[in-house]
Formats: sequence, structure tokens, C-alpha cells
Amino acid sequence: MDLITELTILVLAAFVGFEVISKVPNTLHTPLMSATNAIHGIVLLGGILVIGSAEGFFNKAVLVVAIAFGTINVVGGFLVTDRMLEMFKKRPEPKKAEGAK
Amino acid sequence: MTLPVASFLTDLDFIRVLYIVAFTLFIVGMRMLTKPSTARNGNIVAAVGMAIAVVATLLIPSVGDYGLIALGIAIGTIVGVPAARQVKMTAMPQMVALFNGVGGGAVALISWVEYRHYLDIGGNPSLDTLIPILFAAIVGSISFWGSNIAFAKLQELIPGKPFALPGQQIINGLLLLAAVAAAIAIVTGSESEGLFILILVAAALLGNMVVLPIGGADMPVVISLLNALTGLSAAAMGIALDNTALIVGGIIVGASGTILTNLMAEAMNRSIPSIIAGGFGGGGASGGGGGGADTEGRSVKSTDAADVAIQLAYASRVVVAPGYGLAVAQAQHTVRELADDLEERGVEVLYAIHPVAGRMPGHMNVLLAEADVPYDALKEMDEINPEFPQVDVTLVIGANDVTNPAAREDQGSPIYGMPILDVDKSGQVIVLKRSMSPGFAGIDNPLFYNDNTALLFGDAKQSVADVLSEIKNV
Repeated sequence: MDLITELTILVLAAFVGFEVISKVPNTLHTPLMSATNAIHGIVLLGGILVIGSAEGFFNKAVLVVAIAFGTINVVGGFLVTDRMLEMFKKRPEPKKAEGAK
Repeated sequence: MTLPVASFLTDLDFIRVLYIVAFTLFIVGMRMLTKPSTARNGNIVAAVGMAIAVVATLLIPSVGDYGLIALGIAIGTIVGVPAARQVKMTAMPQMVALFNGVGGGAVALISWVEYRHYLDIGGNPSLDTLIPILFAAIVGSISFWGSNIAFAKLQELIPGKPFALPGQQIINGLLLLAAVAAAIAIVTGSESEGLFILILVAAALLGNMVVLPIGGADMPVVISLLNALTGLSAAAMGIALDNTALIVGGIIVGASGTILTNLMAEAMNRSIPSIIAGGFGGGGASGGGGGGADTEGRSVKSTDAADVAIQLAYASRVVVAPGYGLAVAQAQHTVRELADDLEERGVEVLYAIHPVAGRMPGHMNVLLAEADVPYDALKEMDEINPEFPQVDVTLVIGANDVTNPAAREDQGSPIYGMPILDVDKSGQVIVLKRSMSPGFAGIDNPLFYNDNTALLFGDAKQSVADVLSEIKNV
């Protein structure tokens, strides 16, 4: 792919990201951040892409570390986000009716 | 002849289609994160997108060394799963800092190996690959080291208080200059791994030096900023490797981090450059001493648990304004029990959440959710502030600077202009405090001396428990 196509994707995706994420309420900012932690674990793909053509023990070892780092992000990020979001509960309905008088 | 199915699976266009599916799921997942009711499923949708992106990448014919890939994924899983399962909710800021760090670290390492690879096969790649690699190396390295320092500060391995280093801005400027100059040297034709390592090291030192002096209340901004940087470095790596999933995934994180950084800085009325420049407000710290002078000689009223219990029981509207102190005292569960008791009596209980309550964006909401506080009882600052005049009693628990009216009124105050919770406009304010010591920023709080303010001294959790037991007698 040529650079211009990639920059086009980059800029459009940035605007989509801004539009979508600016609607996330304060309440969910911590889960949002840990979910984006998981998404930037996508650097894992970078490690997978280059390890095959890398030569020598050193290069391979560095890439195994990079893949492990990326996996920590992906697995840990999604899991911890799920743990947090599980705790977010709405007020039970009957109580709300009482509170509203 | 190969099987048609197999050749179709490894077709690059098919893989690109899978990438489109993957980043569509990222965006759909993020959209679902905009509502608490759909957020959990949104996270799962994004995770499915990630699984598709990983599988698609493994199908690419040029990918090899599956054994080592499996090893890396296994190590990451073994480290990541228990960490995610066991981390305490109070420790989320550290966890996120660490996750930012490993993401940035992975980018820096991959960029280094990529550059070594190009040198091995004949020299610098073309500029449209070289420049993103260098960018990813600089930003990834800053993010890795900066995040590690942020982690160490939040974990209190090193002092969390802000401080100033002599000549700090000059040193930071020189480090950035060194990294950029080495990058320019490579771009203009030098083929040297030494220069590349110089870039990594200068950026690493810069990451250390920038985050080290920042402390206290500025930490939420720092974490958000490092989050944005990690995303940007991943997007740059995507351009270098011609990988659309990496580009889109990375820039979404970059956008998210940027939005949060801005929100946090606005919530503290601080500019991002002034935070990066270090310390809390520079000259402001000394101004704090002067600002406190006008409260001297004024006395505070103290109250006791029985009195607070009566006021709460006969109120019709109560607001709790929590700060990080509430979480430190582990008082959130007791507060929720108190709220339950009050609601049974027909008292409406709401929570006023300042954007920087806690140590990262939205931290307080997670801590209260953990204590089973329903999310629709949590009100954001702009929503609750107009309501305060109709509030009978406000309980300020472990919060200080975010309730300080000096931010509204005293132009000499270092926090002047910072948006605050207008708790002082409610009928009665009860401040739970351990002692008269000032908050994180070291600024005296005129709220404590108001006629409608009473202080309940003691450990936050114990005080709330005392009020709870008294209220049962009312």
C-alpha cells in the first residue's frame, strides 16, 4: 500500500476515533482507558509480522519479548475492563420508584 | 496444486478484509462503551475484533516462526491474566500505567529489530518506511520509560510528590534535540545502528525526566498523555509495516488518550505544556501560602456522629462528594450502606463526581461501582452543580481541593479558575477529615471556615460507620 492511502486511513480513523470516544461519559473513562490499553496491544501484530524474517538469536529474543508485551496488553486489558464493567449496575427499579416519590 | 480453500485463506486481499472486519469491531465496541448498559458487551466486541486481527495476521504466508510466536503469546498470557484478575480497583491507575508502558515498549523493540533487519539486507529503507520507524522508536521509548516512572510513583516505590529538578526544561530540550537530530541524521543518509540506539536512549531518558518531577494531582493527565503516545507509536508502526489494523487500532487509542488528556487538563484549569514543564504550577506553590493567610484566625466548627446522623435522617436530599481519600480509607462500602439506610427513609442520595476525583479519569466511578453504588446515582460536575442550592446536606469525604471555593473567588490562589463542586451552596456541608492538614496541592480551604460547614474529625471509614450506627437510633 502506498503512503498516501495509509495516511488517508490514519486521518479518517483519527476523526472516527474522536467522534466516537468524545461521547463516552466520565463514568466510563477508566474502563475506556483500559479497553484502549487492550487495543494498543495490537502491536502484537507487528511482532508476529516481523519475527519470521528476523535473523539471529538477539533479534528473535527481542521480538518474543515484544510479542509477550503486546499479549499482556491484549489479554490483561480486555480482562480487567470486563471485571470493571461487570460492577457497573443500574439502580434497582423498585427503589427508584420509591426515591422519586 | 494447492487446495482452493487454503489459497483463499492466505490471499492477502482476504486478510485485508479480515482487518476491515477487525477494526470495524473496534469502532463498534468503542461506540458501545458510550453507555454503561452496553459497555460490557462493547468490550467483548472489541476483543473479538482483536482475535480476528491476530488470526488474520497468522494466516499471512510470509509469517513464520510459529513456535516463537506461541512462546511470546504464552508468556504474555501467563503474566497478563493473573495481573488482570488480581489487581485491586484502587490500583487501577498503576495497572493502566504499566499497560501503557509495555505497549510503548513493544513498539520501541519492534522498531529497533526492523531497523536492524533493513541494515542487514542492504541499508536504510525508503523514507515512507524509515520515518515511521524512527517516530515509533522515539515515541515508544518515551512512553515505555515514562509509564514505568508513573507506575513507580503511583505504587509509591518512589515519592509521588511533585518536585522541580534544576535546569529541567533545558535538559529535556537537549534530550529531545538529541533524539530528533539522530533521527534526521539517519533520514539524510547515515546508516548506523549506533545512531538508532542513541535515539532510543535519549528518548528513554526524556521519558524518565519528564514524568519524574510530575506528581500528585497531575497524575491523571500524565497517564492519559502516555496512553495517547502509546497509541500514536502503534499507528506509526502500522504505517511502517503496511498494516491497516495497526494503523486504525493505534490511532483510535491515540484519539482516546488525547481526548482524556484534554478533559483532565481542563478539569484542573491547567495547560498540558505547564504540566509537562513540571511541578504544581511552579510559582503557584508559594502563592498557596499567601492564599491561606486570610483564613487565619477564623475558626472551624466541629460536629459529632450523632448530630450528623440527625441532619441526614431529616434531610430530603443528600449529596456525597467523594475524593481519593475515601478510597484510601476503604470507606466506599460503608458509605453505600449509609446511603441504603437513608434511601429506605425516603432520602434521595446522589454522588457528585469531580472529573479528577481519584487518580485517573473516571477512577472514582469504578471505586463506587465496586461498592455496588448504582451508576445512575453518580452525577458529573456540570450536572450536579446547579442542584446544590436544593441540597440539604453535602457530605465531603476525602475530597479537598475539588471543593475549594478559593478556585472560584480568590484570584491569588494557585487553583484559581479550576472548576470545582459547588458544595458550599448546599444547606449544610459536613466535611469528614482526619485532621486540619491541607490537601494534595497544599492549599488551605476556606470552605472549612464557612458558617454552614461543620467538620467531623477522624478516619473516614470509622466516621461513616459511627454515623451509620447513630442513624439506626434516630
